[in-house]
Amino acid sequence: MAKRYAEVNSVLCVSCGACAEVCPKSAIKIWRGSYAIVDKSLCIGCGLCARTCPAGVIEVKINELA
Amino acid sequence: MNWRKYLWIWPILYFALGMFNIIFAWLGMIDFMLPLIFAIFGGNKYFCNKLCGRGQLFVFLPKKFKCSTGKLAPRWLSSSWFRYGFLVFFMAMFCNVIYQSWLVFGGVRSLRETVKLFWTFNIPFGWAYTLGTVPDWAAQFSFGLYSLMLTSAIIGLIVMVLYRPRTWCTFCPMGTMTQLICKLKAGSDKPLP
Repeated sequence: MAKRYAEVNSVLCVSCGACAEVCPKSAIKIWRGSYAIVDKSLCIGCGLCARTCPAGVIEVKINELA
Repeated sequence: MNWRKYLWIWPILYFALGMFNIIFAWLGMIDFMLPLIFAIFGGNKYFCNKLCGRGQLFVFLPKKFKCSTGKLAPRWLSSSWFRYGFLVFFMAMFCNVIYQSWLVFGGVRSLRETVKLFWTFNIPFGWAYTLGTVPDWAAQFSFGLYSLMLTSAIIGLIVMVLYRPRTWCTFCPMGTMTQLICKLKAGSDKPLP
């Protein structure tokens, strides 16, 4: 079984919050104004944040679960 | 009803009021001060993330009028050197607005009733100001600040159309400055896993 989730490049993130605004599961937060962080337990890997991010620093990854 | 969804009205109202009377340009200082207050005292980018009218406008327009290609902007637009470079340039231009107002205050220069677009093109704007309404230096500051706000809004609209809606946010000087403040405040702290 595989779980899809979003991953943010925290070095390149501009912390604009566009991803958090569109996330249907409220799985993204802007951590102390510095960069976006994803709560993997909430993320459904829909990719909306990745398509919205103006800096293109979010990727949807697949985690193979045992 | 989420009132924040209607914050896109604010930049439109701002520019409309400024065309009616340039003194309203002073309201632009709200957009300069609020992000800094949140960053310095709260250590967050609440203004950028939730309250920025311009950001909401760049989301609203493409949603309503399908006027954005949605393409990813070139990587250099969100690179550190460009972001910090643009911040320095923008701050220099803001300091120039203050300097010009100072010259008018000191009587060295007379009031110029023009709005300067892209720091180059002078647009006559005398119809938006009646001489003597406020001290000349305050009027000069209004013309300068309105020029900065209008130029940056046009740049934001251009990149909104060419790329993803909130591309302006990647190099917005206020966003860059407040993120820097937040990162400095966060120090070596990391989010809990």
